[in-house]
Amino acid sequence: MSEPAGRATRQHGEITPLDVAAIRKDFPILSQRVGDHRLVYLDSASSSQKPTVVLDAMSDYYETTHANVHRGVYGIAAEATERFEAAREKVARFIGAPSSRGVVFTKNVTEAINLVAYSWGRANLGQGDAILLTELEHHANLVPWLMLAEERGVELRYLPLAEDHTLDLSRLDELIDGVRLVSVSAMSNVLGTLTPVRRLADAAHAAGALCLVDGAQYAPHLRTDVVELGCDFFGFTGHKALGPTGIGVLWARPELLEAMPAFLGGGEMIRDVRLDGWTPNEVPWKFEAGTPPIAEVIGLGAAVDYLEGLGMEAVREHEVSLTGYALRTLTERFGDDLTIHGPPEPAQRGGVLSFAFQDVHPHDVSQVLDQQGVCVRAGHHCAKPLMRRLGVGATARASLYVYNDTDDVDALAEALGDASDFFAF
Amino acid sequence: MPGLEDLYREIILDHYRNPRNRGELDAPPAHRVEGFNPLCGDEIVVFLDVDDGGRIDEIRIAGQGCSISQSSASMMSSAVKGKTIGEARAVTRAFKSMMSIHESELDGEATDGELPASPSDDVKLGDLEALRGVVKFPVRIKCATLGWNTLTQGLDEVATGA
Ligand SMILES: Cc1ncc(COP(=O)(O)O)c(C=O)c1O
Repeated sequence: MSEPAGRATRQHGEITPLDVAAIRKDFPILSQRVGDHRLVYLDSASSSQKPTVVLDAMSDYYETTHANVHRGVYGIAAEATERFEAAREKVARFIGAPSSRGVVFTKNVTEAINLVAYSWGRANLGQGDAILLTELEHHANLVPWLMLAEERGVELRYLPLAEDHTLDLSRLDELIDGVRLVSVSAMSNVLGTLTPVRRLADAAHAAGALCLVDGAQYAPHLRTDVVELGCDFFGFTGHKALGPTGIGVLWARPELLEAMPAFLGGGEMIRDVRLDGWTPNEVPWKFEAGTPPIAEVIGLGAAVDYLEGLGMEAVREHEVSLTGYALRTLTERFGDDLTIHGPPEPAQRGGVLSFAFQDVHPHDVSQVLDQQGVCVRAGHHCAKPLMRRLGVGATARASLYVYNDTDDVDALAEALGDASDFFAF
Repeated sequence: MPGLEDLYREIILDHYRNPRNRGELDAPPAHRVEGFNPLCGDEIVVFLDVDDGGRIDEIRIAGQGCSISQSSASMMSSAVKGKTIGEARAVTRAFKSMMSIHESELDGEATDGELPASPSDDVKLGDLEALRGVVKFPVRIKCATLGWNTLTQGLDEVATGA
């Protein structure tokens, strides 16, 4: 087998553009045919595909090393623990965390945010406290806070969306006054909007608040450094970053984790248990109750290695240029028949293109595209308040990643042409 | 792979482009009921005017959704308008049985003692037959049944005076 593209050696300091043809070969699913068509996968914002190195890391673990972690003294148990903890180190490096003690493995980013809401939120917030969110959040960064608001009478405030689909910060000073937490997505999964995380984190700290960043759409696509971002909590989800499902990450400053009460109770998260009490384990294990998803953690470690092999700057450059190509191609071809939501400049956004096409409902668009092997998501993208703000019930959404190229965008344009013919009124 | 023509039959597209009984009724006196497809965000609002004899005098459909949910609701409105509640329920059963799923699975709760209509049930589906192809596209079945579930909820509410 050829070397995976993710291992291409890079010259120090310079960005080697992605070799998409080589990258595609690393993703077995992309060689699949859909009827007479190749698979054109444009739904990575929902979940990305997995390279062979990730699949191999997981199956090799099961075939050679599987045993529970942090328990056995025998050889393979020690090896399993070593691979598991090595993945934690890789993840810490991937997001610029100063220490892996701040890296807690969760099921996904949804659980990461819930962990903060249950542990930190319930220990620290109550009547009279406020949380600042934004209008563009995913339900994962809304519902845990709505639940807290219902239960504890915490007030929720929202930074509004501006006309150009960036965040409107004109009332930031007033909205942030007196809040205890600012919780914001670094990139919208609907609009692609990149939010000013650093500015919001600084404003949060100036107001005496903490800052949580939902990095689900950010960490897989842009070089991430939690220290530069200035946040206190950062979450992301493995399956959108070339890793397996069932594994997510909560990073928090270790001091915060230490001060927070445990979340789920059980094995692994304790140091001692008596019949009349218990003592929690050290961080980060204090927040990892029960047998963890070991293979998934190891798979995520392989995924971040692969991304670092490509170089996150190169990934971002590729996506900015492909997003620009997509915006130009689709607008030139369809003009007013196509409305693409989100900021107009590729540099202000990620490769997520939500659109309205003529009067054809997104479900129907997606169904017709499927006939050409083109996979796009249709729906509300778990962001119903944002959909209401945009005045739509649903959108179709094409999203780009490392294995997509201009021919995928061309295939999308062709298939939209078909949809137009089919539904011509 | 089933083709698009199995799904988007001409009559379906016709109901989508020219929906019947589209609009609203003043509620009250009419009964208003909303249905959501949480998966895709489709929303349907059914307005029902049921007379003292239990007959659906008027029905209007509002909301937004894909061609399948909209055309199915449009056909539904034509099929039940002027019918008694009992007749409307019988058409609903026949339609859902064509979608080949049990009501209990659809609603998450079984209506006591009601079995899915057997093919021998003497209900004419007429235009609704065109939606049979939806079964080949399982993810779209929920689109096709959205209006019907909303109607059922509305009829239940009318019956219990909710
Ligand atoms: C911005 C954002 N936040 C949170 C999530 C939730 O991710 P998961 O379902 O993996 O927890 C997603 C993805 O669906 C997302 O795009």
